[in-house]
Amino acid sequence: MKVRIHVSLKPGVLDPQGRAVHHALDGLGFNGVKDVRIGRLVEMEVADDTTDEALEEMCQKLLANMVIENYRIEKVAA
Amino acid sequence: MKTAVVTFPGSNCDRDMWVALRDVSGKEPVKVWHGDADLPDGLDFIALPGGFSYGDYLRSGAMAANSPILRSVKAAADRGVPVLGVCNGFQVLTEAQLLPGALMRNAAQNFICRTVPLVVENDSSLFTSAYSKGETIRIPVAHHDGNYFAADDVLDRLEGEGRVAFRYAENCNGSRRDIAGILNARGNVLGMMPHPERAIEADHGGTDGRRLFEGVIKSLVSA
Repeated sequence: MKVRIHVSLKPGVLDPQGRAVHHALDGLGFNGVKDVRIGRLVEMEVADDTTDEALEEMCQKLLANMVIENYRIEKVAA
Repeated sequence: MKTAVVTFPGSNCDRDMWVALRDVSGKEPVKVWHGDADLPDGLDFIALPGGFSYGDYLRSGAMAANSPILRSVKAAADRGVPVLGVCNGFQVLTEAQLLPGALMRNAAQNFICRTVPLVVENDSSLFTSAYSKGETIRIPVAHHDGNYFAADDVLDRLEGEGRVAFRYAENCNGSRRDIAGILNARGNVLGMMPHPERAIEADHGGTDGRRLFEGVIKSLVSA
């Protein structure tokens, strides 16, 4: 089973990287960009019988830092 | 007096830490490798040094926080053994949840490498007893991810309980409430971004960091 973990900064946590990229997009002349937030994508191939609980635990214990980040688990159809 | 410095793949301040502890304590610290399952018995003090453990993969400190040796460090901290984490060591301590909060990319995105003024906020901890509250000291910083973040209620609790050890006199990285170093609730774990081990020799730019080690060693000897 293929799983994508989308890790993003929690709302309210400042994202200096996103701000710098936003600025660079402005500099390239792309108007109308209102906000940029940078996250992380983790793609995993896991055993088909991997439980949702196990996936949640992977996210909470390692893949995301729950102090500053949220995560979303996406199971990708083969 | 038995001290130890833990080295991870990518640590680069471990030798400076080792020398600082040796010079101040008069005894050679034990060198511990990240893959060692256990710490040596009878340790009085453990230091997690600066650097880029595991290449800062995933997040700074995240991989080291889940390495075998950290289980032993956590157990030692729970028993009350003093643990100092400097720079990457601080990142490891937050990732291991031995300290609250997280260290994010510096607000200006830049790597900062210079000596900064710090204000001593707590002079009664094991680590800070050789300083005076309100005193300004000068310690080098060298980091990319030193922007301390914690939720407001956590920050309020840290301040209310006197657990902010050091603040930046000039906020160099965007840290919330200018926080440069914090203590755990019990007071035996200190994490700080500035490098006291780089400020122990006058010939190397200052000795303000030396007193941190002197304070620790003195408290341990008298304990």
